[in-house]
Amino acid sequence: MRLNFKALGLAVALVVAIAAAPPTPQAKELHWAFQGDIHSMDPYSLNETFSLGTLGNVYEGLVRRTADLKVVPALAVRWELKEPTRWRVYLRHGVTFHDGRPFTADDVVFSYKRATAKGSDVGGKLASVTDVRKVDRYTVDFITSAPNPIITSEWETWMIMSKGWADEHQADMPEGPSGAGASYAHLHENGTGPYTLVSREADVKSVFKAYPKWWDAKNHKGMPDRVVMSPIASASTRVAALLSGNVAMAYPIPVQDMKRVDDNAGTHMLVGPEVRTIYLGMDMFRDELLHSNVKGKNPFKDKRVRQAFYQAIDEDAIAAKVMRGLATPTAIMVAPGIIGYEKSFKRLPYDPEKAKALLTEAGYPDGFELHMDCPNDRYVNDAQICQAVVGMLAKVGVKVDLLAQPKAIYFGKILPPKLDTDFYLIGWQPDSFDSWNPLYNLLNCPEGKKGRFNLGGYCNHEVDKLTAEILSETNQKKRAAMLHKVWGIVIHDIATIPLHQQALAWGVSDKITVKQRADNVFHWYHVDMK
Amino acid sequence: MLVMIIRRLVQSIVVMLTVGLIAFAMFRYVGDPISQMVGQDTPIQVREQMRQELGLNDPVVVQFARFVGNTVRGNFGISFRIGRPVSELIIERLPATLELSLLAALFALVAGIPMGIYTGLRPDSWLSKVFLTISLVGVSLPTFFIGILLILVFGVLLGWLPTFGRGDVVHLGVWTTGLLTASGLKSLIMPAFTLGLFQLTLTMRLVRSEILEVMRTDFIKFARARGLTPRAINFGHALKNTLVPVITITGLQLGGIIAFAIITETVFQWPGMGLLFVQAVQFADIPIMSTYLVLIAFFFVVINLIVDVLYFVVDPRLRAESSPHGH
Repeated sequence: MRLNFKALGLAVALVVAIAAAPPTPQAKELHWAFQGDIHSMDPYSLNETFSLGTLGNVYEGLVRRTADLKVVPALAVRWELKEPTRWRVYLRHGVTFHDGRPFTADDVVFSYKRATAKGSDVGGKLASVTDVRKVDRYTVDFITSAPNPIITSEWETWMIMSKGWADEHQADMPEGPSGAGASYAHLHENGTGPYTLVSREADVKSVFKAYPKWWDAKNHKGMPDRVVMSPIASASTRVAALLSGNVAMAYPIPVQDMKRVDDNAGTHMLVGPEVRTIYLGMDMFRDELLHSNVKGKNPFKDKRVRQAFYQAIDEDAIAAKVMRGLATPTAIMVAPGIIGYEKSFKRLPYDPEKAKALLTEAGYPDGFELHMDCPNDRYVNDAQICQAVVGMLAKVGVKVDLLAQPKAIYFGKILPPKLDTDFYLIGWQPDSFDSWNPLYNLLNCPEGKKGRFNLGGYCNHEVDKLTAEILSETNQKKRAAMLHKVWGIVIHDIATIPLHQQALAWGVSDKITVKQRADNVFHWYHVDMK
Repeated sequence: MLVMIIRRLVQSIVVMLTVGLIAFAMFRYVGDPISQMVGQDTPIQVREQMRQELGLNDPVVVQFARFVGNTVRGNFGISFRIGRPVSELIIERLPATLELSLLAALFALVAGIPMGIYTGLRPDSWLSKVFLTISLVGVSLPTFFIGILLILVFGVLLGWLPTFGRGDVVHLGVWTTGLLTASGLKSLIMPAFTLGLFQLTLTMRLVRSEILEVMRTDFIKFARARGLTPRAINFGHALKNTLVPVITITGLQLGGIIAFAIITETVFQWPGMGLLFVQAVQFADIPIMSTYLVLIAFFFVVINLIVDVLYFVVDPRLRAESSPHGH
């Protein structure tokens, strides 16, 4: 008995000793925190910026984007237009997946099939592609339904998976929502990217280590050897983790804490305009608003009313006060950095007198009543922006009943099929970094696949016509002219009320340098550990 | 006794079913998980199809019946947010919550009882006043505020303790523990203190008032008259008589600690069930929410049952009353 106790004691002591032993010294270990976790290790399961951005450290697409969002070769070395509807893509030689399998054309063909299969959420990135054909081991042809000059624009986040690996582990189909968890690819990875997954506990911690055979390792000498990603949901805890040095990088930092991070010795803020545009939409398709005291007609069908709303809202005050200066007011629905953005478009000035006059002219001298919908946990200070808007509209006589709700409820209410909203705040970030995406999704007449997220039902057939032409126009000069024209129409019509681009807010330790991407994607090879 | 336990178990099933039904009735107002399960570009038709596949369009009663049916067969569903079976997730998270809760309860007892005895026996000493002031703080300050204050002082300003998470854990079969590593122990200090502080003040005040009460009773006077040492009186007689209600309350509070660990876990990003639940609510992750609520109901039922049984064991009067053979 006595001996047993001794043995037990020894065993416990051993366990403690092993556990307490300091890990082998890691010269360049990066700890960082985000507010949430990725949904899955499967790069086709959720088309969302953070998930795909993080998986971009493990998997790679045929192209990638530089820190300033330019498309450059990755797994493809070059691509050329053979015919108007056939792109030839030449693949990189000598690349291996993390399990050692070589990367070839078969993997590209397989990845196309898997990404466009049922259950995949990234199929839209290949919407114009009708077929992918292997030409030889390192050459692939992409056949499109119509000429598509921006075919590569969404390929960074269409990541290439290994056919052999997927076959071996029965992961050749993407996980559907209800069958989730069954797929091997949900918990394991086999990419070609700079990092391999070491261990993962959802919501707790994921550990990655550098892949020594990464094809581009020689150009990123300063990148961390090991990366520990910890989701921290509570903003104040996240900030504390950064200030205390428990993590070397954390985002997003709430606007009210930015000064603290900057004032703290050893940390600083990295801010810049995000490519997401925050805007207000108005129901202009119903003959009568759902929640208004105006009966028998819809005031938003009258452009004067839309303009009155626009000019009654003091966006400069919102940017300065609600956003504490960390927002860039915008007249156009796309951000700087998106193809088609132009500085020359100016916002209509803030002018409550004019707004009042316009309302009177439209037949609402005493204003009217309506409901507004707003998320309260989706965008930076979203509910506060809406409160400010409500106050400003009250000054011109419009009485707004604000309903600010968590995103889980908000989107269910305002998205189709319900479309239960008069007036709403929402944000949009084009995954392709091209104006065609917001034009097609947000501003085309809602018919068929067009205008799927045009919740207000704005409809101008000239915009639709130009949008279709922009998609297939390969002459860049002509295309730019068309973009200028179409944005001019949208802005003139006051199809929406664009507010601003919110700021990216990364808190960074002084011990590292980071390149910040305007789409809020954090690639660890952009870190330089000093 | 056996009859009582069986009766209680039957009652507990009713309690859990009721909790489940109320939960399902509320889920309609938590929102729609679909918009977070897909990207912004995902077509409406695909979303609608997912909603159909997941059974979210069915009436509440049908969804509830399906949940009960699956639960009885041991299938708790698959989390919408994490995409893994809920049972696996709960088992992964349970150790963190139980370890934190038990440690917090232990801390509340080990510190609370001596403080209660001291303040009871020496109500006028300055140390008693200090203890009482601390207890006032513990009762009146909200948990999340205490947590953030601790993080600020010991994590950010002094840099002694980690500000979030569990540190390194050791796997012992399905159980994970932070008690065997230095970083695990360090990570436990602030959350356990935060979670246990309210219980500590409760225990201390309870013991104090019981002691004050007992010290006035005749048998203590009698013990004094017999010339017993103060030590024997205080600990042998007084304390013994105060502990019965303390044990009862502590037992009942344990369920509360486990359930209310939610706030502490959120502040410290403690990877337990409470954090899992909070994030499930934000996401409208119905499988996790329903399982968690039913599980917590189960905990309460079991703890109540144990307390009842203990009462029978501790208090001879109850046994006598329920005995059919009687006097």
